[in-house]
Amino acid sequence: MTDAMPVGDRKPLAPPVDETGPLGWARKNLFSSWGNGITTVVLVAAVVWIASWFLEWALFTANFTAATGAECRGGGACWALIREKFRYIFFGSFPYEQHWRPLFAVITMLAMLVLSADRRMWNWRLLVIWGVGSFVTFLLMFGQIHIPLSLILFVALAGGGIGLTLRSALAAPSERMGYYALVGIGAVGLVLRILGVLPSWSIAIAPLSYVETSLWGGLPVTLILATYGLAFAFPYGVLLALGRRSNLPLIKGLCVGFIELIRGVPLISLLIMASVMLPLFLPSGTTIDKFLRAQVAVILFAGAYIAEVIRGGLQSLPKGQFEAADAMGLNYPQKTLLIILPQALRVVIPPLINTFIGFFKDTSLVLIIGIFDFLNTANQALVDPNWAGFPGEVYLFAAFVYFIFCFSMSRYSKYLEFELNKGTRR
Amino acid sequence: MAVETLGSAPQVKVAPWNDPVIRGWVFQIVVVGLVGFLAWYLVSNTIDNLQRQKIASGFHYLEREAGFEIGDTMIEYSPASTYARAIWVGILNTLRVAVLGILLSTILGTLVGVGRLSPNWLLSRICAWYVEAFRNVPLLLWLFLFYKLISEAFPGPRQAISLLWNSVFLSNRGVYFPVPMADPIHAWMGVAFLVGVAGAWLLNRWAKKRQETTGQPFPIISTGLGIVIGLPALVWLAGGAPHHMSWPELKGFNFAGGTVIQPEFTALLVGLVLYTSAFVAEIVRSGILALHKGQSEAAAALGLSRGQSMRLVLLPQALRVIVPPMTSQYLNITKNSSLAIAIGYPDLVASVNVTINQTGQAIENILIIMAAYLSVSLSISAFMNWYNKRIALRER
Repeated sequence: MTDAMPVGDRKPLAPPVDETGPLGWARKNLFSSWGNGITTVVLVAAVVWIASWFLEWALFTANFTAATGAECRGGGACWALIREKFRYIFFGSFPYEQHWRPLFAVITMLAMLVLSADRRMWNWRLLVIWGVGSFVTFLLMFGQIHIPLSLILFVALAGGGIGLTLRSALAAPSERMGYYALVGIGAVGLVLRILGVLPSWSIAIAPLSYVETSLWGGLPVTLILATYGLAFAFPYGVLLALGRRSNLPLIKGLCVGFIELIRGVPLISLLIMASVMLPLFLPSGTTIDKFLRAQVAVILFAGAYIAEVIRGGLQSLPKGQFEAADAMGLNYPQKTLLIILPQALRVVIPPLINTFIGFFKDTSLVLIIGIFDFLNTANQALVDPNWAGFPGEVYLFAAFVYFIFCFSMSRYSKYLEFELNKGTRR
Repeated sequence: MAVETLGSAPQVKVAPWNDPVIRGWVFQIVVVGLVGFLAWYLVSNTIDNLQRQKIASGFHYLEREAGFEIGDTMIEYSPASTYARAIWVGILNTLRVAVLGILLSTILGTLVGVGRLSPNWLLSRICAWYVEAFRNVPLLLWLFLFYKLISEAFPGPRQAISLLWNSVFLSNRGVYFPVPMADPIHAWMGVAFLVGVAGAWLLNRWAKKRQETTGQPFPIISTGLGIVIGLPALVWLAGGAPHHMSWPELKGFNFAGGTVIQPEFTALLVGLVLYTSAFVAEIVRSGILALHKGQSEAAAALGLSRGQSMRLVLLPQALRVIVPPMTSQYLNITKNSSLAIAIGYPDLVASVNVTINQTGQAIENILIIMAAYLSVSLSISAFMNWYNKRIALRER
């Protein structure tokens, strides 16, 4: 009697060679059928052809060191142009020896954005980060900041008012007294200031030389327009969205009219309006900085779009949340700020980031009213007659910078969508 | 006594400042009052400023002579025409770019979106990178790049690149290609085309009804195309088949004959289409992915071919997801076409901008821009809403 080999000792056969490993992968993903195979071959040929042409142009025959445009001509890409002009492209006409200031301003803003991307910071820390970050950014860019007394009084009034609305029921008597004191000081001070009793006194912080906004240019301008465009448009978009959902007919009508009007016209028409019509709207003699005008136009525009995104979040909340908040006896600000918005905003964070990517790209339109954002300084770098004739290099470089910003933001939005949905995903 | 009050809720005395209705109205009146005050302030300043600068408001300037040249016009225009005509030329140019852009980016975007879902790994990767590359860079940058490439990298007319046996020429003055010589028969061919479209539509209705009652399918796509193309072709043959073409030929420093697509228009259209189709591709992809796998399996189980299941089962359902976001992309194309001003294509904003600079009538001109864009936007969304309602799921 021959001993049968124990079952456990039998070696399983290796899978067929053409179904595993790189070969199997290629067979499955590239050559699964005749049509697929032909597509693959054609595409590989096309990719190789384009890539070899591009590498030849951008790398092998490119000139990285030429001193003038004339030396560059005839070969491949002229990256020497970028080497020559990159400081202008990044910082515009900011005084040359002071370029460290916009550089650090950009770093501050990026740090601000990266820190705000961390979910552990989504509380009071966010306010601190943005307060400190904005102060440092504008101090670096302007060089000098004057904080007028009326602004301080206004902040006291607003802070006290917000505290009273939100924490009137929760706060200890001493805390509540503090809010009353803030409101009182702010209100009385502002009235006295308007009546002219208090002097137009201001705190001056002036460690650096003053640089006016017309000299700003390049990346800091793009970042400021996009970041502060969103930062200011956000609360105002929230108000518009709440107004649109309100059951007070006049408020609702105003908000719907405004949102639809802004969304129906192109940003360019708003920018042109800001540059030619705003001077007409204001009392004669007042001039507003061109940069500020563009910023206001971007904020107005962004607000309408953000309002629609937030409305989506508000609509996604079940009715029970509103009713439960009413049943708890919360007033409208408490209900909105403590119950509704925290839930609604959580839903719309990923689409809000996508909106932000859109604005980051749309800020490039300000070049039409003559502001030197990143795209405009890149454009101006082409004007130099010594370096004329290399538009492809400059635009590809600018496109690359924009791509890095937008692509990383869109990845972050994908990651957040994944993170925030952990609770509801099975 | 008690019985009388049981039916209605007991009247609770509420102080007027705690009554939500009164509060609501007070709040509304305050807000509307503030907005009204702001409006009054701006308007009074404006009137004051206009008087100071001696600008007469009103639309009378529209009848004055414009006096500026427009490079690319669809209708008769000369510097002696009125401002109204110049603005009308701009509106037509905007519409031309918008309509072509919508058509082409829908086609390209659908191809790329379907390509991203292809089982072929290489094809789906290439489509994904196409989408990322175009979505993450401002449209204005693409427009500059294409415009500069056409106007600087393309050769002059004398060294123009000729394609298709010397019939199409690419040069930095635009793309030249041959057109048929004008002939009276063309008008009749247009009529025949319209008749063909109407006929195909009627045929489609009949075929649908027949399939619903008898189950007999009808080859509507091939027959419909046959009618739409065949009728004008028959008219052309009946008219003696005039085949004289106007060919582009190098005369002196530029081409004569044929017709030309200006470089500004080319750059704007190419930029708009490539940029928007990246967004359209994502919409199409998500529309198809939103469908449950059971739908295609059920269609296959019913014995439908791949084409039939796509046309009769999958596409009608995917369209419900696709149409609303697609509407906003169409609106975006129309609004983004205003970037034309940056590369010198004479669209509405560009014409109006010149008019503002020449006449100083900022308010009236801005109103014209807003009215024009709003009416185009509203008509696109009205059409798309109608279409959306038509394809929407009909539940009980």
